[in-house]
Amino acid sequence: MYSYNEFDTAFLQERNAQFRSQVERRIDGSLTEDEFKPLRLMNGLYLQLHAYMLRVAIPYGTLNSRQMRQLAMIAERWDKGYGHFTTRQNIQYNWPKLQDVPDMLDALADVGMHAIQTSGNTIRNVTADHFSGAAADEIADPRPVAELIRQWSTDHPEFQFLPRKFKVAVTGSPNDRAVTAAHDIGIRIVERHGEIGYQILVGGGLGRTPMIGKVLADFVPGDDLLPYLESIVAVYNLLGRRDNKYKARIKITVHETGLDEIRRMVGDEFAARKPAFAGVDQEMLLEITSHFAPPPFGSAGTGDYDSTYATNPAFRAFVDTNVDTHKRDGYAIVSISLKSHGATPGDATADQMRVMADLAETYAHDELRISHEQNVILPHVPHRHLPAIYAALRDAGLATANIGLISDIIACPGMDYCALATARSIPIAQEIATRFDELELEHDVGPLKIKISGCINACGHHHVGHIGILGLDRAGVENYQITLGGDGTEDASIGERAGPGFGADEIIPAIERLVYAYLDLRESPDETFLQSYRRLGLAPFKAALYPAEAKADAA
Amino acid sequence: MPRPFTPKVVTANALLEGDVVYLTEDDRWTRTLTEAELIEDEAHAQLRLLDAEMQPDRVVGPYLADVKAGPQGPEPTHFREAFRSRGPSNYQHGKQAGA
Ligand code: HEM
Ligand code: SF4
Repeated sequence: MYSYNEFDTAFLQERNAQFRSQVERRIDGSLTEDEFKPLRLMNGLYLQLHAYMLRVAIPYGTLNSRQMRQLAMIAERWDKGYGHFTTRQNIQYNWPKLQDVPDMLDALADVGMHAIQTSGNTIRNVTADHFSGAAADEIADPRPVAELIRQWSTDHPEFQFLPRKFKVAVTGSPNDRAVTAAHDIGIRIVERHGEIGYQILVGGGLGRTPMIGKVLADFVPGDDLLPYLESIVAVYNLLGRRDNKYKARIKITVHETGLDEIRRMVGDEFAARKPAFAGVDQEMLLEITSHFAPPPFGSAGTGDYDSTYATNPAFRAFVDTNVDTHKRDGYAIVSISLKSHGATPGDATADQMRVMADLAETYAHDELRISHEQNVILPHVPHRHLPAIYAALRDAGLATANIGLISDIIACPGMDYCALATARSIPIAQEIATRFDELELEHDVGPLKIKISGCINACGHHHVGHIGILGLDRAGVENYQITLGGDGTEDASIGERAGPGFGADEIIPAIERLVYAYLDLRESPDETFLQSYRRLGLAPFKAALYPAEAKADAA
Repeated sequence: MPRPFTPKVVTANALLEGDVVYLTEDDRWTRTLTEAELIEDEAHAQLRLLDAEMQPDRVVGPYLADVKAGPQGPEPTHFREAFRSRGPSNYQHGKQAGA
């Protein structure tokens, strides 16, 4: 795993000391809120509805057990005993006190973590496939490149005041688990004639104008990657709209300027910038890559894995749903659901964080990942340890077998926490999960992604949910609008609006009607909700959502 | 046409904790909405907001929030202010924990 050098550590210490004095000056009144706000945001500190919120970056979602334990310690000591894992591979603490934040940042720095560039108009935390380094379908581990981009973008003097926030995601697999098409820049590792290179998508993004990223370059060779990225961001920095915050993202720039013109400008910029790199970036990448060497995989048989699988139905359900194929024989990838039925999606208590850290350390080469779907992954698990891991997870309330199913819902904090929200999202997620658990339909329904945002900013990815739910404020009442057919994978698509929104007490029955309609409409149990939707289009699902109108039309 | 003035309270977040707070008639900051000063006059509302804005050492982001008069004191008229006055709905973690 990547670990910081002395330079990085000194940088973090200095930065934290600076922020500590800024907090002191805010508290003693020598800094106004207007002066302080940009400084706190530079350090990931927001003010939300009921409290401050500290957003901590987990670069490309990768953690070791020591870091996870430190996150638990921070949750316990300075927050209310839990943390919220987000779609951007961050952890958010919802209740810090202003004067404690410098101590929290120091505690993070002790394990090589920080909250820098988790806010503001900069290049944000670089995210990556949560199965990186483990997935059977992987062409190459995307994390060395993600780390290179992190180092290049952190404190990059040219890119601290971009027109708007800037998000980069990387996948090393053709099966895109990093939603690259919904990022300002999406990077897909590809292979051509035996050479590894990068397909570059640009101008994807959710929020109020959702767009799917467009291919700017089909194959950028390894040597060219960093100067090419720098050229894209430089062109955006020049062209990006600064007059209107809602039109400031690169997706709008690409839309207004045209992909071909952007490509031409990036090409010119690249020609000018490339010489400055002179191979330094490649030396860095080589050095970084050595830190991501695979763990010393062993192979000491499968233990009682097979017999437990054959005799314990609960274990079998867990393995069938939450365990994925590893690139090594005898190994598996385990997804730990933070979505037990009725829980807040993405929340983990300090105790649960420690259980996961212990499992990683004892059984799984000390590695953990955070997924953009708000779950935790043990990427390298020998089969023989699966029964023990399952038992420990079950005792900690972490063994819910629902990964990829209807209750594995992404939900942003919504109006329970977020100052920008127009409605709540968490209670809706909780009710849907509880309802389908009661109906015992979850496994029959199969793969189905529901994603919920509490406002148009789309932090909960609702646009790319098979069923997306957007919370709105209709004349002072919570209202929920449904989109259908969104997809965040390599076949990315933006969901279509189904029709008028539903009140808070109508949304769960509406989802139920939708799911029953799917069960009726599907050709076979193998046809997923999304496949049915793509085959049949909106109409039959709309009829299920709005039965009264469907009847009126028929009359 | 200007809309008729509806009752307000002055609300903000406490500087140190971030908690939702309300301005009382006797110039305290309370965490309980029912203790807040119910303001029924527009000019007075602007003055009270100014008073709040002059206390940046104690509160952040003061603004006027819509309320209505209730038997115990001001009550929220919009769900956002209702959540602010209570705390989040997924845990007993806001001020409802102390209540
Ligand atoms: C303090 C709470 C938060 C605030 C103030 C906030 C603010 C915003 C805003 C303003 C946007 C729209 C940006 C634009 O279109 O220009 C946005 C987008 C987004 N945020 Fe958040 N957010 C918050 C929490 C979260 C959380 C908890 C997550 C993850 C669960 C998240 C993930 C995202 C994602 C994935 C997007 C859409 C990506 C895109 O715009 O391209 N945010 N957020
Ligand atoms: S989608 Fe809206 S409500 Fe949800 S976290 Fe983002 S800004 Fe807040």
